[in-house]
Amino acid sequence: MSIVTLQLGQCGNQIGFEVFDALFSDSHCPQRLCSKRENEAYQASCKERFFSEEENGVPIARAVLVDMEPKVINQTLLKAAQSGRWKYGQHSGFCQKQGSGNNWAYGYSVHGPRHEEPILNLIQKEAEKCDSLSGFFIIMSMAGGTGSGLGAFVTQNLQDQYSSSLKMNQIIWPYGTGEVIVQNYNSILTLSHLYRSSDALLVHENDAVHKICAKLMNIKHISFSDINQVLAHQLGSVFQPTYSAEGSFHYRRNPLGGFKDPALYTSWLAPDNAFNVWKTQRAFSKYEKSAALVSNSQFLVKPLDVIVGKAWNMFASKAYIHQYTKFGIEEEDFLDSFTLLEQVVASYRNL
Amino acid sequence: MLTKQRGPGGPAPSRYGNEETPVHVHGFLTEKLSLNLDKSVTTSATCGSSVTYGTSAPSESAVGEPGGCEGRRGLPRSLGWPPCSMTQSVVVQVGQCGNQIGCCFWDLALREHAAVNQKGIYDEAISSFFRNVDTRVVGDGGSISKGKICSLKARAVLIDMEEGVVNEILQGPLRDVFDTKQLITDISGSGNNWAVGHRVFGNLYQEQILEKLRKSAEHCDCLQCFFIIHSMGGGTGSGLGTFLLKVLEDEFPEVYRLVTSVYPSGEDDVITSPYNSILAMKELNEHADCVLPIDNQSLFDIISKIDLMVNSGKLGTTIKPKSLVTSSAGASKKRQEKPFDAMNNIVANLLLNLTSSARFEGSLNMDLNEISMNLVPFPQLHYLVSSLTPLYTLADVNIPPRRLDQMFSDAFSKHHQLIQADPKHNLYLACALMVRGNVQISDLRRNIERLKPSLQFVSWNQEGWKTSLCSVPPVGHSYSLLALANNTCVKPTFVELRERFMRLYKKKAHLHHYLQIEGMEESCFTEAVSSLSALIQEYNQLDATKSMPVEDLPRLSIAV
Repeated sequence: MSIVTLQLGQCGNQIGFEVFDALFSDSHCPQRLCSKRENEAYQASCKERFFSEEENGVPIARAVLVDMEPKVINQTLLKAAQSGRWKYGQHSGFCQKQGSGNNWAYGYSVHGPRHEEPILNLIQKEAEKCDSLSGFFIIMSMAGGTGSGLGAFVTQNLQDQYSSSLKMNQIIWPYGTGEVIVQNYNSILTLSHLYRSSDALLVHENDAVHKICAKLMNIKHISFSDINQVLAHQLGSVFQPTYSAEGSFHYRRNPLGGFKDPALYTSWLAPDNAFNVWKTQRAFSKYEKSAALVSNSQFLVKPLDVIVGKAWNMFASKAYIHQYTKFGIEEEDFLDSFTLLEQVVASYRNL
Repeated sequence: MLTKQRGPGGPAPSRYGNEETPVHVHGFLTEKLSLNLDKSVTTSATCGSSVTYGTSAPSESAVGEPGGCEGRRGLPRSLGWPPCSMTQSVVVQVGQCGNQIGCCFWDLALREHAAVNQKGIYDEAISSFFRNVDTRVVGDGGSISKGKICSLKARAVLIDMEEGVVNEILQGPLRDVFDTKQLITDISGSGNNWAVGHRVFGNLYQEQILEKLRKSAEHCDCLQCFFIIHSMGGGTGSGLGTFLLKVLEDEFPEVYRLVTSVYPSGEDDVITSPYNSILAMKELNEHADCVLPIDNQSLFDIISKIDLMVNSGKLGTTIKPKSLVTSSAGASKKRQEKPFDAMNNIVANLLLNLTSSARFEGSLNMDLNEISMNLVPFPQLHYLVSSLTPLYTLADVNIPPRRLDQMFSDAFSKHHQLIQADPKHNLYLACALMVRGNVQISDLRRNIERLKPSLQFVSWNQEGWKTSLCSVPPVGHSYSLLALANNTCVKPTFVELRERFMRLYKKKAHLHHYLQIEGMEESCFTEAVSSLSALIQEYNQLDATKSMPVEDLPRLSIAV
């Protein structure tokens, strides 16, 4: 069961690198706390999921890297290659020169259609390398232009082309006090589009991860590198191979499977069906015991509400709208997004 | 006849390129950056993919190291990854002031790249502003896109209707950096008359201008931005410089037009500077994507303050010899003799810092197209107040957080602004913080939290911050900060300008000099001042919202 990862934009690529690195470190970690056979099965499963056939003993990440400007991709490829432990495929990257200028409309309406073919071809090539494709993991931010806009476009396309495969989007929720001024616009446009085409949205808030770094890990000068590593660790443990129904040594459970049903866990659902507990004996990375909790709960209502509120205020003054209409995203599109998201907020609230 | 005062640039004939300018520094630079031609041609042929060091071994220091000064690195040949190139920008320097500032810019840019690019490889960062040319090739075919640096040519077009400044440049230490085919000069000058610059020379040189611009664009793989540098008070920079804007808009509609405009201060020697400025403002309103207004008084105040600090021997304020802030030489005694060089260097630093995140790596990049996207909420409101720190270096390198925080505080102080304005007591529409050096996201966030309470942001953009982190610090500093603010504090500058204009216009003083130019009528003046008034009115409306309580607007109600 393999997962093809799609890293989009600066954020997506920076995080993607850390994720593969964490996954690799985990699977090659000496401290196993389990039997050798167990470990081998685990390692094999890990490798198969995220890495493909090796070239000179160096595993190649099952990833497609996309960005609309070259600096980050070049850096990411280099970092991986220099590590000597794993790397990205030779032709797994696609980049352009100009960037998306933090403009969702540019990412979605200009870059998307323009580069649809080469990007989807790359994804297809990667998908074909998998014996059994369980789905796509798309890493993107909401605040910028490429990850958000192009990310939404590509996810939609994947929905059409690979309707039977699962698509999980890892979205990065920007800091509340601004990284990008139009981040709220970009966020609501992204969320509303992804809602229609993604199977699951895994959310990480920069603010939350930042707090983890500060409070739990006591890092004095938190850098994006620190934040990304914490994120990667979390994601790595979510994707840790776990036992499937067949029991030990069979790490075949579809890693994206549990999320297929995005239905809310309402009161009429029997309690034991509400939780999926996946176990594994093998320790994750350096830790003796670890638990990762992925929940679909109301926790997101407040941040979502805040973003929608801010975007709405800005929209009412029509600020920055001309930057979007320039590239074909009209006020109507904004209104559609607002409507959809208000519905989401209301639905979660009424649980 | 209008006095042929040299505009805001100052009167000294040897403002740039006199004997004292350290040629040896430039010689060293050119040596460092270009290699023996024979050697370079052979070695570049062995480079498999572009931008490599010719070996497949990983380089000495890790990529992404904090504060890493190695700039962009090549990829090992074994990777075989065809790198994408970045975008390029072209600088168009118009008039005396524009060319003087432009010259300082190119000087500093060369130094910066020399410091960052130790191996003399022509990489993406350099290519954003420089071409790599094999000077042995005659004609146009000499461009080299990869490998070692042979000879760097600035992506610049130099325009002046007098020969003085441009000639000095061509005889000075930077003469080899400019492509002689990219110059447009005349001898008679514009006589401090916007109409002469805009209409007479505009018409006369339109074809040539187009040709040079097209040429410079052809030399670019992917042209992203035109940087126009000029002054507002004179004739050439003001008139011809703004004529250029319309040409650029028509010919290259997709390419950003970012204009650095030096506004005349109250005691400007040029009597007609208000006319020139207002006529130019209309063009800026209509054809520029983004304007960075600067005024000489602010620059002068900054330099005076630096002088004071150095001369008073205050602790921790010794100017580092390599600092690019004060002058090309960096030696303190020279500063007194050439104040305009120091002032122009500040503006040059502004442009370098503005583009650093687009040229160099960082954990949160900011490309040039993001400036407009984030800082211009409505098309007409595209005037950005800039402030730059540090303007003088601190003696030690390992600076504890307090000093770093001081840098942020300084950026919001009046003393670091490049235009006389008070953003703290006016309304922010948006603000960008562009940080260079070993500064992390937490440092940035901490300071935003700290400074926010004392700043007022417009109701619909309460968290209107755009941030960027570039790992490469400027030469001679551990870090720096450029703050760009879209703030109603520019309004007083425009109001004052209008008042000065009206004082002249009411008396019809000197008007005949303009009206005698073909195509100029009184309506040009009235339209120009209307355009400015409309702009001022926009700012007024925004200011009116300042005292209003911030309320959330009623949201869409959904039937569940």
